[in-house]
Amino acid sequence: MSKILLHGTEAICEGAIRNGCRAFFGYPITPQNEVPEYMSVKMPQIGGTFVQAESEVAAINMVYGAAGSGVRAMTSSSSPGVSLKQEGISYIACARIPCVVVNIMRAGPGLGGILPAQGDYFQATKGGGHGDYHLIVLAPCSVQEACDLTYRAFDLSDRYRVPAMILADGMIGQLMEPVELPPMRSLSEIPEKPWATSGHYGKDRRVLNSLIIKPEELEPHVNELQRTYDEIYANERLAAEYKTEDAEIVLTAYGTVARIVKSAVNELRKQGIKAGCIRPITLYPFPDNVFARCAEREETKAFLSVELSLGQMVEDVRLAVNGKKPVYFYGRTGGNVPDESEIVRAAKDALEKAVKA
Amino acid sequence: MAKITIDEKVCKGCGLCADACPKKVISLSEHRMNQSGYFVAEAVNPQNCIGCTFCAIMCPDCAITVEK
Amino acid sequence: MKVFEKTKMLTDAHMHYCPGCTHGIVHRLVAESIEELGLQEKCIGIAPVGCAVFAYDYFNCDMQEAAHGRAPAVATGIKRCHPDSTVFVYQGDGDLASIGMAETVHAAARGENITIIFINNSIYGMTGGQMAPTTLIGQKATTCQSGRDPKVNGYPIRVCELLATLDAPYYIERVSTHDVKHVLAAKKAIKKALKFQSEGRGYTFIEVLVSCPTNWHMRPVEALRFMGEECTKTFPLGVYRDKSEGKE
Repeated sequence: MSKILLHGTEAICEGAIRNGCRAFFGYPITPQNEVPEYMSVKMPQIGGTFVQAESEVAAINMVYGAAGSGVRAMTSSSSPGVSLKQEGISYIACARIPCVVVNIMRAGPGLGGILPAQGDYFQATKGGGHGDYHLIVLAPCSVQEACDLTYRAFDLSDRYRVPAMILADGMIGQLMEPVELPPMRSLSEIPEKPWATSGHYGKDRRVLNSLIIKPEELEPHVNELQRTYDEIYANERLAAEYKTEDAEIVLTAYGTVARIVKSAVNELRKQGIKAGCIRPITLYPFPDNVFARCAEREETKAFLSVELSLGQMVEDVRLAVNGKKPVYFYGRTGGNVPDESEIVRAAKDALEKAVKA
Repeated sequence: MAKITIDEKVCKGCGLCADACPKKVISLSEHRMNQSGYFVAEAVNPQNCIGCTFCAIMCPDCAITVEK
Repeated sequence: MKVFEKTKMLTDAHMHYCPGCTHGIVHRLVAESIEELGLQEKCIGIAPVGCAVFAYDYFNCDMQEAAHGRAPAVATGIKRCHPDSTVFVYQGDGDLASIGMAETVHAAARGENITIIFINNSIYGMTGGQMAPTTLIGQKATTCQSGRDPKVNGYPIRVCELLATLDAPYYIERVSTHDVKHVLAAKKAIKKALKFQSEGRGYTFIEVLVSCPTNWHMRPVEALRFMGEECTKTFPLGVYRDKSEGKE
């Protein structure tokens, strides 16, 4: 199949549309404005719904309504806007409404800056809003993956009745790359949702709710959610490995940073240092099995997590490595992106420290 | 002949029915309590009922059925 | 022959409202209207946060429970995806006119083809009687214990009047539940709103004055009198928009 040149945001939209997304609710915020702009044109052409909401808060609640009525629905925003959506996401998680939320991360905290960052990792992977819940979190590193993972997010979300998030940095949003688009899926192929509130009467009526006021009912409900997360953990962990089989220093990064890390690995190898890279594709569930396997290898001396944050994913890496090998961190913030030479230097430092220790 | 039936399980004894009745058919019991602890509304003068449904219209708990 | 019995559009669940609270009357009016118009087979209701939070247990149709204030956004999502369904939203004054004012105004401005039932009892009932955006001047609440003072607490918001400044709404009316005559008028307004929705006419909004004997610290009948005599002064009853009658 032939490839076409697409913007990262367009690829996200096409991934969604081609897997049955027929409702989009958004609100402008840089750097993701191209998503609602694209959807505002596309949705009416395919019989879908587009609403520019009055706020991110309203947009996520429109998703609650639309997805709750059985339609595949999506919203998109960037960090401060995703913070505003957290209340709605918590309700959606409790009411078990499948949907997709896109976060094209920018630098924070606060209003922060508009350049790429990965400071929302904790928010995305640990729940984000109030209460015990998780999202399925997918992190694309290319325009092709932005399309494919968004496509996949709808299936995962429907299968488990757990909301899914595409966690991308501002760079994905702005990249243009050739993409092979998946074929348009017919809506009739999408499994029925026997819980959807699309209009039923009497004994057939359905209720979507997140108020479970009796402790003897709420506890089983959150336990059931947890069982679903356990199932997702068992089935869906995903990471890409690059030259890890004999690596002394295993670097790890997700999103576009992983591309720079990959070239740093090549440079380190050129300099005679056995380096490799693990790129988590699912951030929740975290692919701890891949890290644990590497940590067991005698060749592996140390891990280095490279992030556009002050050290967030590194905590999950440490849990996965479980003290078997030292885990180091290198990060940039504020919208700054490390270059290859910075990462090479950080990797050498890490390896040196590990050998000394 | 018109007749009201009050579902005493549902009645909360608020008295809006008695207030609305133009014929003083209904009054709140001073002795009989339902399971929720409310003194229930009773038709004390059922013979006066004209089936106007005012009591049912004002009942917040749909506790009253009216026949005519 | 039965001349009055409970509508099938309400479930058998006993309502949790306090004795004499007229929320239950409004539930019945909405349910009867839906049934009489034959809209029950494809109907979705949105419950708010507040006293009516359990409304999803009472209406005998599909229901979604929304976050505090967000019901019009939830309704927008549903209605846009299912334009042939009937979507009604049931919200109190704190939910609709305080935390959810943005969603309220924008759903109205977009002219969403939904029906909003706005319960105005001028108090936060569920949380125990705090001041609402609709609390009357001088009316006591647990967060304005000497009575609402406009210098400190500002003035009550008249939502019908506010929404009537927008172009899109098709029908806006304020009704009351303080006596039989007004309950019958409220039913007429609610039914009319739902009928307009079923005809695809656009946004319809019915504000219903409701009593809160518990938090007003009044006996139920006394609370009805207060509603009729006092609440209606701040919140005049009437039609604020009816495009079917040419009232813009």
